[in-house]
Amino acid sequence: MNTALSWIKAYVPELECTDQEYCDAMTLSGTKVEGYERLDKNLEKIVVGQIEKIERHPDADKLIVCQVNIGAETIQIVTGAPNVKEGDKVPVVVDGGKVAGGHDGGPLPEEGIAIKAGKLRGVPSNGMMCSIEELGSTREMYPEAPENGIYIFGEDAEVGSDAVEALGLKDTVFEYEITSNRVDCYSVLGIAREAAATFRKPFCAPEVMVQENGEKVEDYISVEVKDADLCPRYTARVCTNIKIAPSPKWMQRRLAASGIRPINNLVDITNYVMEEYGQPMHAYDLDQIAGHKIIVRRAKDGDEFQTLDGQVRKLDSEVLMICDAEKEIGIAGIMGGENSKITDDVKTVLFEAATFNGTNIRKSAKRIGLRTDASGKFEKGLDPRNAEAAINRACQLIQELGCGEVVGGIADVCQPMKEPVKIKFDAKKVNGLLGTEISEEEMLGIFRMIELKYDEETQMLEIPSFRQDLLGAADIAEEVARFYGYDKIPVSLPNGEATTGKLSFKLRIEQKARDIAEYCGFSQGMCYSFESPKVFDKLLIPEGDALRRAITIANPLGEDFSIMRTVSLNGMLNSLATNYNRRNKEVRLYELGNIYIADELPLTKLPEERVQFTLGMYGEGDFYSMKGVVEEFFDCIGMKKKAVYDPASIKPFLHPGRQADIVYEGKKVGYLGEVHPEVCDNYGIGTKVYVAVLDMPEVIPFATFDRKYEGIAKYPAVSRDISMVVPKDILAGQIEAVIAQRGGKILEGYQLFDIYEGAQIKQGFKSMAYSITFRAKDRTLEESDITSVMKKVLNGLEGLGIELRQ
Amino acid sequence: MKEKLAQIKAEALKQIEASEQLERLNEIRVNYLGKKGQLTAVLKGMKDVAPEDRPKIGQMVNETREEIEKVLEASRVKMERALREARMKAEVIDVTLPAKKNNVGHRHPNTIALEEVERIFVGMGYEVVEGPEVEKDYYNFEALNIPDGHPAKDEQDTFYISGDILLRTQTSSTQVHEMEKGKLPIRMIAPGRVFRSDEVDATHSPSFHQIEGLVIDKNITFADLKGTLAEFARELFGDKTKVKFRPHHFPFTEPSAEVDVSCFKCGGSGCRFCKGSGWIEILGCGMVHPHVLEMSGIDPEEYTGFAFGVGLERIALLKYEIDDMRLLYENDIRFLKQF
Repeated sequence: MNTALSWIKAYVPELECTDQEYCDAMTLSGTKVEGYERLDKNLEKIVVGQIEKIERHPDADKLIVCQVNIGAETIQIVTGAPNVKEGDKVPVVVDGGKVAGGHDGGPLPEEGIAIKAGKLRGVPSNGMMCSIEELGSTREMYPEAPENGIYIFGEDAEVGSDAVEALGLKDTVFEYEITSNRVDCYSVLGIAREAAATFRKPFCAPEVMVQENGEKVEDYISVEVKDADLCPRYTARVCTNIKIAPSPKWMQRRLAASGIRPINNLVDITNYVMEEYGQPMHAYDLDQIAGHKIIVRRAKDGDEFQTLDGQVRKLDSEVLMICDAEKEIGIAGIMGGENSKITDDVKTVLFEAATFNGTNIRKSAKRIGLRTDASGKFEKGLDPRNAEAAINRACQLIQELGCGEVVGGIADVCQPMKEPVKIKFDAKKVNGLLGTEISEEEMLGIFRMIELKYDEETQMLEIPSFRQDLLGAADIAEEVARFYGYDKIPVSLPNGEATTGKLSFKLRIEQKARDIAEYCGFSQGMCYSFESPKVFDKLLIPEGDALRRAITIANPLGEDFSIMRTVSLNGMLNSLATNYNRRNKEVRLYELGNIYIADELPLTKLPEERVQFTLGMYGEGDFYSMKGVVEEFFDCIGMKKKAVYDPASIKPFLHPGRQADIVYEGKKVGYLGEVHPEVCDNYGIGTKVYVAVLDMPEVIPFATFDRKYEGIAKYPAVSRDISMVVPKDILAGQIEAVIAQRGGKILEGYQLFDIYEGAQIKQGFKSMAYSITFRAKDRTLEESDITSVMKKVLNGLEGLGIELRQ
Repeated sequence: MKEKLAQIKAEALKQIEASEQLERLNEIRVNYLGKKGQLTAVLKGMKDVAPEDRPKIGQMVNETREEIEKVLEASRVKMERALREARMKAEVIDVTLPAKKNNVGHRHPNTIALEEVERIFVGMGYEVVEGPEVEKDYYNFEALNIPDGHPAKDEQDTFYISGDILLRTQTSSTQVHEMEKGKLPIRMIAPGRVFRSDEVDATHSPSFHQIEGLVIDKNITFADLKGTLAEFARELFGDKTKVKFRPHHFPFTEPSAEVDVSCFKCGGSGCRFCKGSGWIEILGCGMVHPHVLEMSGIDPEEYTGFAFGVGLERIALLKYEIDDMRLLYENDIRFLKQF
């Protein structure tokens, strides 16, 4: 909300402060100032001058030479402006002064434009006459200003006086951010009331007195509210003999500063009252209202209605309408109808100031797709008392501005008003909540400033109806706090029972995952939780696969963000693709993020959120490097047993011959492999990609931070190398299983140290060599120990069709 | 005999002095002190010496041996040192050649910022907890004093799954889960992912992260809230950081505040970063609304508390001067490697 400070000062006449002081103080008391702008920025040495004489420039057809009386003296000014004549009063910037902008109305330069005496085609010119654009404003806001010409003052302007002041530009416009609970502050009066309390100055609300003609409103209009649940109050007044004309300058200036374009007295009055009271008003041409009757009722499903912006709107039975005896004439609280629009020929006006159900207006505006200034105010839920105050204020202005006559009385259909809210006041409790020692007197002083009445006997505070946000003791504490000053409240730290600061086991394991991934060269990425249903095709996931059972977002930002991911690979592959496209070599990324698994679709209960530890890489490294990362991680989180890599894995997005399920103690905890070349194509990655995905909820139960020292071997180890010719389809895992199983207690470890397929080896076989280490904890091994174990191992290997080489 | 020994010694020393290689020193050692060496020969000739002279001669032989050994050893040390010097001279390397790095990976700036925040609050006795990202309407809104029809519910541009299941718009929902557990006092922070239907641009993302904080105990005051967050701000942004509390409105706290910190770039004098104001808004907070306590089964007459919510991306963008939020989700390695 934007408002000129001069308008606020109209109701807080004693307010005196600099712009910055005002900004700071208001922000600290809860009316946040987003920023402010001085309207007289870069306007220096500008006075009202009167043109006494105009002569032609001797050397230029398009220039004239003016003698301009600026009060103390008469100066010569050369101008090219076409619209001035002798006797005109104009803004004049004198030598050494400054204007805000150029005459073309382009963006204003930060430092303004300095004006110096000089010569134009040889003729001295000692200043400049200004257009409204040069004064930093626009014709929108100053409708009386001529197009492409010098601004011309009215007769009453005083020669030699400050032109900036005469134009109403000696002012500052403040922009406020009003919080949604403070409906009352979406108005000049509301902000003025806050300003008065903030600066401890009296607040003077406008005195509203309406001079009525002898007629009665009942003779003009009757009002019936059929859907009272959506319209707690409807007030209407009638004004006759309407004379449409421009509104006075002071009103135009205030509206313009608020960002509202002045139009004519009638429109300006409704806008002015909306700004001043925060109460939207509507004006109907009474002669267009059939039967001189207003009916407030719901629309019918499927109705259509043309709003005054010319658009046809689809209605439904939840939209509240303003109707006359025959037809609908406006969408309540949102926009009036084309059919009752005010024209310049209007004779009799019906003013409406009503209170509508805020939620209903908000929802209707959303469904219809039409949010207006008015609906924006109504949807916050207005105070029914304000409607009456505002409509009377509008009538007062009609009469005072000579815009028309006010018919006596007010048509008012009003539901019983709520009793004023009463809140128990206990100064000790307020101090207890705030941690302060503010005296009761000081608190009561604050309440008086913001118009809360205190009854000493009952210790109850009575809340005025415009403060709909004050409902309980905590709200009262906030009022005390903000006018006492948040900055004056002391600082302390909670004392009381000590608590242990900690991370859950799950989070600690995730931290280890990050550590290990990073040690292994992987950087952390972050991916969205939602993605496109097209990813299933990209990942070659077949129709009917469980992974396709994704949760759908009802109102997504578009198809690309419409389902919750059931697999983490799309994000990883997208990120790798981004890097690949940008020619980044050697990329290793990891991500820790959820997938969302629904028990049942559509969702009836919350889905399972499973953290996936996803690693992906291209460049240096292969399947086995990725496997190494997995094992480093397991090792680091205390998973000391040997994980099994099951080649029976059949992930459609991985290379069929280069993938494995990761099995730990019989449980599948993840998978790894080379990404299927077709999937790489789908993501536009022209190189081999390796991924590993660990399903953390399966991993974490095996993880532990417990460690036990096992002693460092005292007795020497003995190793034996075996060299084998192995059928091609026998896996290292099978060989190792035999060694592990048959190696017995004295087996310490084994290591593949050579693998070879090629010319020297017979067809269908490969050569493999292992080094097996034996050690006993309690003695030095003897040859016989080893021979007997080796025999078992070799027998086992022979069982796999393996031949030993010499 | 004495003369003979002196002669052997003189000869040996002369040879040692003349030798230039370690091998030569060895030869000398063997030649004089070895089993068939000259000194040994002298000892072997002892049988020809009168028994009463033998100890004396023996002693003389030993003295000679020791002296030769001493000189030999000194000479060896000297020679080896010279050799090592020469070798090292030949081993000079170009220390400005490129390093062989291990190429460790880098943490995401969000995580770095989060771990900072966690460190601070864990140090103050807060437990780090988590809550579901797909959430019931009740926990995201109603239990936080945002009933159906409340404007705040519309303002938040919620993604819905079905009628009462949605993607949480704030980590405040985790507050409610913690309070419902009924274990008091509570000191927790709840980091996590939240979702709002904002189009992706330089300052918006439909998914981002918040950290919620909640303290509930007897006699918790607004002053405690101020003190806690002032401490947090100093830890996160530096000792000199000042904190400003401005009244604000959140449905689930009362009184509520927004918190600004003095600009950590210019120290408060005003710069491009703080848009000239000297202050940067970093979080929202307040005293837990009595109604919120009540709904979660906590007696507001006995317990009070405070809550705060920080935008993680906001902290990360500010702290690391990242000017476009989209960078956080692109995962370009050239971006990630800077952290």
